[in-house]
Amino acid sequence: MGRMSDEPLVLGIETSCDETGVGLVRGGSLLADAVASSVEEHARFGGVVPEVASRAHLEAMVPTLERACEQAGVTLHDVDAVAVTSGPGLAGALLVGVAAAKALAVGLGKPLYGVNHLAAHVAVDQLEHGPLPEPCVAMLVSGGHSSLLRVTDVTGGEDGGEDGGGGVVPLGATIDDAAGEAFDKVARLLGLPFPGGPHIDRAARSGSSVYVDFPRGLTSQRDLERHRFDFSFSGLKTAVARWVEARERAGEPVPVQDVAASFQEAVCDVLTRKAVDAAVSEGIGDILVGGGVAANSRLRVLTEERAAARGVRVRVPRPGLCTDNGAMVAALGAEMVQRGRRPSALDLPADSSLPVTSVLA
Amino acid sequence: MLLAFDTATPAVTVALYDDGAVVATHTAVDPRRHGELLAPAITAVLDEAWVPRQDVTAVAVGVGPGPFTGLRVGLVTARTLGLVLDIPVYGVCTLDVLAARAVADGAVDRPFLVATDARRKEVYWAAYDETGARLDGPHVDRPAQVATSAPVVGAGALLYPDVFPCAVGPEHPDAGTLARVVGEELAELLDPEPLYLRRPDVAAPSRPKPVS
Ligand SMILES: [Zn+2]
Repeated sequence: MGRMSDEPLVLGIETSCDETGVGLVRGGSLLADAVASSVEEHARFGGVVPEVASRAHLEAMVPTLERACEQAGVTLHDVDAVAVTSGPGLAGALLVGVAAAKALAVGLGKPLYGVNHLAAHVAVDQLEHGPLPEPCVAMLVSGGHSSLLRVTDVTGGEDGGEDGGGGVVPLGATIDDAAGEAFDKVARLLGLPFPGGPHIDRAARSGSSVYVDFPRGLTSQRDLERHRFDFSFSGLKTAVARWVEARERAGEPVPVQDVAASFQEAVCDVLTRKAVDAAVSEGIGDILVGGGVAANSRLRVLTEERAAARGVRVRVPRPGLCTDNGAMVAALGAEMVQRGRRPSALDLPADSSLPVTSVLA
Repeated sequence: MLLAFDTATPAVTVALYDDGAVVATHTAVDPRRHGELLAPAITAVLDEAWVPRQDVTAVAVGVGPGPFTGLRVGLVTARTLGLVLDIPVYGVCTLDVLAARAVADGAVDRPFLVATDARRKEVYWAAYDETGARLDGPHVDRPAQVATSAPVVGAGALLYPDVFPCAVGPEHPDAGTLARVVGEELAELLDPEPLYLRRPDVAAPSRPKPVS
């Protein structure tokens, strides 16, 4: 075999929300990305129910491990290191993945790396576009997070970022709802199914994005002084609710496509404006987009347009790699191994509020 | 070589059992740290007994009932070890382990209950005859609904002395007994499926509340 098979085979496990993901990565190559989702079990509740997700992770873990090995044409005994999302996320859900990863590490006698979910969203892009641009500004947008990060070393640096002065530094984040959460809530207002993102995106394609001028959170001059790179989507969601209610009270039909398009434009406008502003002000030439909302077609187009206008490059992994999956965890694990970071201890906790600066737990 | 563990109560308990004898055990009590304690305890018993992991030929795991988060740590660990070591995984009702220990210790000489803490002012419980054979349960109920003057084994008896005045035997299960239960088939062997006994707490969403 060639050089590729000399590189370590890293298995990654992701269970921070409702996807049970197992990925296998060798060097920078993706060999398998098996995902089992419990999203349908949550749909009728309009959001992820933690206990339902945790139960589903337990049931899906072994079958997903088997499916990943099958896809990659390897056995578990070929695995050289095990990586797992140890936070942030739903505590009970994280714990299932962390316990499974430890059992693998113990059973195989191989090192364990407990890694940060957000940094994994960044690391995954190298599986598609090659070595990461470092430094870069990462814009991570999903149902659980909305952050702008400055990434100079996706592994967090020498000590995995433990002392906070490492390779991943937060520039800004949402101060209330995550972007994906806003999509879910507005979808519900418009009678569209959960999860809202893809349905709003579809409805918006035949709507007018200037039909309603919805508010852009934290973009006023005063807000920019304190929250230049932060986001707020709760006021936007309320504004959409008010607008829809007023229509309904007047007995008029709600133009779902136009409201969806106008809402989506408001979200994407703020996200892209702030991401590009962050890159320019930090003197960084690359923006990397990740998280489930990165699959939004308007967000992709608008980021490209605005970044290009300021001479900034944009990288967005394909939608399947943007949503939560095991491949992203394996990708970050592979970087940990390659950069010689020390493995985690077997008493690694699942930390539901792991700060983004702690890349390696 | 049988590796046994239970995480369905505040105790994280691990044992190695070989040829009719418990060769190493490790138990820690901490209701919030099952996920942190279990894997190091497993490596500790393997190291203590000088047993390489490849020599483990079966896994025994307590399947509850017990608080869900801790319970799942044991189950996913057992299933994953079973997969990676390619060995069978046997489940045992956690309450049966407490019953077997009470019988082995001579703590009971008549029919008895086992009751553990189910939180929310309820207990997980089951009824046994004097030989430790399960007659009823496991169930989850308010202690007052199962009040009895018969002997009661487990932490539930200590938590609710008003309704369980005759507390006997161990407070928490121990993996040494779990291993013995499997090795000597002292109780029903189950698939490694969790005994949740409760549905997840979920509320169907109401129509969004008006904001204006
Ligand atoms: Zn995510």
